[in-house]
Amino acid sequence: MKLTLNIWRQKTPSDAGHMERHELSDVSPDMSFLEMLDVLNEHLQVEGKDPVAFDHDCREGICGMCSLVINGTAHGPMKATTTCQLHMRSFKDGDTVDIEPFRAKAFPVVKDLTVDRSSFDRINEAGGFVSVNTGGAPDANALPIGKVEADKAMDAAACIGCGACVAACPNASAMLFVSAKIGHLAHLPQGQPERARRALNLVSTMDAEGFGNCRNYYECEAVCPKEIPIDFIAEMNRDWRSSVLKGGS
Amino acid sequence: MNWLLAALRSSLGRKMVVALTGLGLLGFVFAHLAGNLQVFLGREALNAYAQGLKDLGALLWVARLGLIAMFVTHVALALQLARENRAARPTRYVHGGVQQASPGSRSMVFTGVMILLFVAYHLAHFTFGAAHASHYAVGSDALGRHDVYGMVVAGFSEPLVVGLYVAAIAMLALHLSHGVQSVFQTLGLNGPRYEPIIKRTGCAIAVIVFVGNVSMPLAILMGLGPFSTGA
Ligand code: FES
Repeated sequence: MKLTLNIWRQKTPSDAGHMERHELSDVSPDMSFLEMLDVLNEHLQVEGKDPVAFDHDCREGICGMCSLVINGTAHGPMKATTTCQLHMRSFKDGDTVDIEPFRAKAFPVVKDLTVDRSSFDRINEAGGFVSVNTGGAPDANALPIGKVEADKAMDAAACIGCGACVAACPNASAMLFVSAKIGHLAHLPQGQPERARRALNLVSTMDAEGFGNCRNYYECEAVCPKEIPIDFIAEMNRDWRSSVLKGGS
Repeated sequence: MNWLLAALRSSLGRKMVVALTGLGLLGFVFAHLAGNLQVFLGREALNAYAQGLKDLGALLWVARLGLIAMFVTHVALALQLARENRAARPTRYVHGGVQQASPGSRSMVFTGVMILLFVAYHLAHFTFGAAHASHYAVGSDALGRHDVYGMVVAGFSEPLVVGLYVAAIAMLALHLSHGVQSVFQTLGLNGPRYEPIIKRTGCAIAVIVFVGNVSMPLAILMGLGPFSTGA
């Protein structure tokens, strides 16, 4: 199939950037979206041009490294699918595809379509973990956890930290990501001792990183490749509120 | 106290204050509506109610100051948050679009500012008598009270005025269609079990506020009732 690609090109973080048009005629519907970009880059290299930089790693939908806003939707048109798992059969011959980076002040563009998402790492470093020495692996059933609670923890833990929630939010808010990090530990006994502090510290780091404020659009939920529900945001608001009222410890 | 101030400065803290003041203002909207609907009971009822409010004296001012404080806080924080939101995405998308954001959620700042402008106009109209001064200057009723009933009937006999009011109330309803359910989410009172109920409640409140408020200007304009300006 033939495609017209409009791709964001930006040489350096401080460059203004612009959309660049490319025609690609040898696209197979069985290619993944990233393989399609690989093909484009091979052509560009043969022509002696600068290949398009984009983020990727596992290409299995589990690492959270791939990104891209495709025709205005983070991770493209398929629901619950990362860009690396999106296939070209989701497009039609002759389609025009606009490809942009995740855009947020807290996700500065490094080059072309690659963005720096280390603000997410800094949020996690503020307490998105359990600080106890775990020693050897405990017996599987040594610490019983109810099925409902375990499922909720797993739902939140499905977050791969890709940042699509930020990219999709009209306000570039990171609430879905932060609430998933807070939520998966809030539903486990190991997360309880630091629960209040975790909510406060993650939220204040999120604010300091320059993300926008949630206005309950729920655009994040619609694009999340792991389908994390906005219920976790309500839970985080609850956790944060009770942490504040308890005096923050 | 420091932790509380820090909390109130954070994104979640300010959002919660916007939510709570919004809830308070919604309470006023309902009280205001309930009071005004007495226009359907006739001149005596509405004028007596208006006089009763004035007779509250100092108490009325306490209520007014509380209301003004909530209003100013709500607007100022919401605008501040909106400014931060714009700064959080310095480069716009070339290809924009939304997945599931409701029209109400996307127009909160616009509808909010329209409501703010309308409140100024509405106060100038029926409270200070600065806009369409002839409406306010209808005089007194037989008992020497300001003829609020006559003023309202005179005001809503003008199609242009009615059009403005209906448009403004539509803005308020759109604002509430998102605002009410948003309050629950922001305060952390939402959950999978309550979400459908909360969304429906939000829409129902928006509809009640719209229908209740437009019923008065429309009924008067269309002459659906024994409305007359003369005392
Ligand atoms: S590249 Fe790992 S999730 Fe897409």
